[in-house]
Amino acid sequence: MTVKEVAEALGLKVRSGAAKLDQEVSGVYVSDLLSDVMAHAQEGNIWITLQIHPNVIAVATLLNLAAVIISRGAEPEAATLSRADEEGIPVLTTNQPTFEVAGRLYQLIGAAK
Amino acid sequence: MEKFAVDLHIHTALSPCADGEMTPPAVLARAAASGLRVIAITDHNSAANTPAFVEAAAGGPVTVIPGMEVQTREEVHLVCLFAGTEEALAWQEVVYAHLPPLKNNERVFGVQQLLNAAGEVTGIEERLLLTSTDLSLEEVVAEVQARNGVCYPAHVDRPAFSVIGSLGFIPQELQIPAVEISRNINRARALEKFPFLKGYHLLCCSDAHRLAEINRPRTWIRMREPGFQALAEALWDRCRERIEVD
Repeated sequence: MTVKEVAEALGLKVRSGAAKLDQEVSGVYVSDLLSDVMAHAQEGNIWITLQIHPNVIAVATLLNLAAVIISRGAEPEAATLSRADEEGIPVLTTNQPTFEVAGRLYQLIGAAK
Repeated sequence: MEKFAVDLHIHTALSPCADGEMTPPAVLARAAASGLRVIAITDHNSAANTPAFVEAAAGGPVTVIPGMEVQTREEVHLVCLFAGTEEALAWQEVVYAHLPPLKNNERVFGVQQLLNAAGEVTGIEERLLLTSTDLSLEEVVAEVQARNGVCYPAHVDRPAFSVIGSLGFIPQELQIPAVEISRNINRARALEKFPFLKGYHLLCCSDAHRLAEINRPRTWIRMREPGFQALAEALWDRCRERIEVD
């Protein structure tokens, strides 16, 4: 399943990295602790977080993540979005709380595999 | 007892977010010009540049204490200070074993330079230093003290990477002699904002990543000599008059 298909299925707003939506999603990681994501998320993962700081994009770039979903209506900082465009990292936002996004993604990815 | 101006939190070109100008000759010259008598070298999760600084400082006006700024699994930064480079490098082995096996991305985080006493680049550290170890706050404090080091929380008033920012307050059972406040705050304001800091010595250090950030001293410690043992004695002495911070 691609980032684009995930975004459409969950009604996510594409805020950056629109040119990179064709990447395959290898799985999902949920955490708000950046160092925890650095240590445990896998290449190609979608990362769900409430963090809105540009460091989110640094972490996503380091690990070659497929996309970042910012949940619960949190608004990414402008610097985060411009950094994401430079690095080609799709940032998707949603008003759904983290639990709900993660649950729906679990169903989607599980069904796709 | 003489009063020594100290800055116990200085990064070198090894910290990926620090400038390449943070070399032994440049940092020592700047520290001396700022009136500092004791500095500590505290890179992120590494002590690899401490031998070069200790060597470069020998016989000069500024004493260097080898140290490290460790990031715990709670994303808390702790300043760790040691009696000598041997102890600091032994601790570094422990820390390296507890870092995730990731390579630094220089484009994202910056370059991690290993230096000699003359300030020449002798190598590049490739492991990712700018992240958390999987050691807890309590484990780091206990381990550093078991190695006769001193360990206390860094920049506690900052919202990120601080014990108050991550955990909300300082766990009562934590065996620490002091806490560091950042250069953005003074003693009075820190105590007003965080009254529970009253039981600890406060130290205000620069956390310098650039030469210009090594500045006028803000902490003075009364100790019998400018060295690690005397510093540790002063920190563990509950007498408020041992340490002045503005």
